Amino acid sequence: MAETGSPSVLRFENVTVSFDGEAVLRDVSFEAFEGESRVILGAAGSGKTVLLKTALGLVQPDSGRVLVFGKDLGKMREGQLFDIRSRIGMVFQESALFDSLNIEENVAYPLRNQKSIRCPAGEVHGRVEQALDFVELGGTLEKFPAELSGGMRRRAAIARAVVTAPPLVLYDSPSAGLDPITAHTIMALLIKERDMTQTTTILVTYRYQDGNLMANFRYNSKQGRLEPARHSDGPLPCTTFMVLREGRLVFEGDQDRLESTADEYISKFCKHRE
Amino acid sequence: MLDLLKEPVLAVQEFVVLAGRAFQNIFRKPHYFDDVILQMDTIGVGSLVVVVLVGLFSGVVMALQMSRALAQYGEVEKTGTLVAITLARELGPVLTAIMMAGRNSSGIASELGSMKVTEQIDAMRALGTDPIQKLVTPRLVATCFMLPLLTVIADFVGLFGGWVIAIVKLHLTSRLYWTSSWQALEWNDVAQGLIKPLVFAVVVSLIGCFYGLRASGGTQGVGRATTQAMVAATIMIFITDVMITEMFVSQGVS
Repeated sequence: MAETGSPSVLRFENVTVSFDGEAVLRDVSFEAFEGESRVILGAAGSGKTVLLKTALGLVQPDSGRVLVFGKDLGKMREGQLFDIRSRIGMVFQESALFDSLNIEENVAYPLRNQKSIRCPAGEVHGRVEQALDFVELGGTLEKFPAELSGGMRRRAAIARAVVTAPPLVLYDSPSAGLDPITAHTIMALLIKERDMTQTTTILVTYRYQDGNLMANFRYNSKQGRLEPARHSDGPLPCTTFMVLREGRLVFEGDQDRLESTADEYISKFCKHRE
Repeated sequence: MLDLLKEPVLAVQEFVVLAGRAFQNIFRKPHYFDDVILQMDTIGVGSLVVVVLVGLFSGVVMALQMSRALAQYGEVEKTGTLVAITLARELGPVLTAIMMAGRNSSGIASELGSMKVTEQIDAMRALGTDPIQKLVTPRLVATCFMLPLLTVIADFVGLFGGWVIAIVKLHLTSRLYWTSSWQALEWNDVAQGLIKPLVFAVVVSLIGCFYGLRASGGTQGVGRATTQAMVAATIMIFITDVMITEMFVSQGVS
């Protein structure tokens, strides 16, 4: 559950979002704290992506408040939102890499364009290489997104999201549509990023396996691979699960509560615990 | 009835907001000069061949048609006059703009539409860039520079096409053709011939961007946006053409 002693990073207060009169998020309230991992489960069309876009200020709520790092997004103009967004990394569902830019330019984009980052021009290349090495994509700097496989594009998108070392990272179904091996590789990168930089992570997915990995595995930097958290030193990763159904938040709690729930819809997501 | 009007009124409102922000961004930092140059190359240089061909053949056709009409009054030597006036005032600006609408409004709409449906526009906003500043303003500026230039080129090539007909088919002298063409043109013709493409440039670029940024519903939505942009831009070119011509006519300078 949430670490109530830690500062609040993301807070939704009775948020409702509608498109063309149809509500896609209904009265959603939750709060994520620093260092916490949140796994948001839900079927297609349940409002998962809209929730992330609302957290970024890309979508304005019809009612309710969204507070990021304690600041109310509803009271900010687009220019001010850029400053907040520079502290949030976002991996979009289909990667959303810019087709016309090569991988180096894509990953360098936030460093060059986010005013509040102020990365000296001489440092950009080094940081891009570092971010691409982190996702094991060194050597693809000159390639264009169309030349990469789906999994490689996802990894490049992760590199772009974390190159500025943001304290909050949002992942929109990062393993969707990938084969199991590649999906596992992507999830391993997410956990590696979380554990090496202590970022707050919001993961939206329809795959329970992804949430299970987040909740029970830790990245071992010495061995360079994931290991069960119970076998490693330190406390278990603080992971909270949320379930969205038709725009409503129908569950919020830890993995044990999720698995013991009697709700038919919620239990459908946790049939395949690894 | 009100529900029927709601969507078009909202669309007009969105277009006005987009246009306002695109113009406002011309004077606001950051300026994406690289993108302006890139768009000038894509929109301007890329359209050169088609504009030259259209200009040439419209000049040829105008000379052929006008000579037949003028022959009834024994005034074939005035062919250059009519070709020059028609091209400078109407055909040059309108045909060039229509070519640009077909090639660039649709191109812009499909490019921006693809970016929209693949979340690249959202990514741009998430990564600290205003999509209107980065995508719309450079296209607007580039089109406003290139369309008047292309129109001037189309006018000259059209005059050249008329000259070929005047020499080969009508057996006029070069001197007679060029003198009558040159003397026919007044400053207000030149003004009209340059104001029109400038206004058309705004129409072509902003309509392309508007439909592109509104695209939704995957590849089908991109296709729809592309078609809508081309059709709307073409219609708006004719409507604005009538308005500008009427302004010149009502001021007695046509």
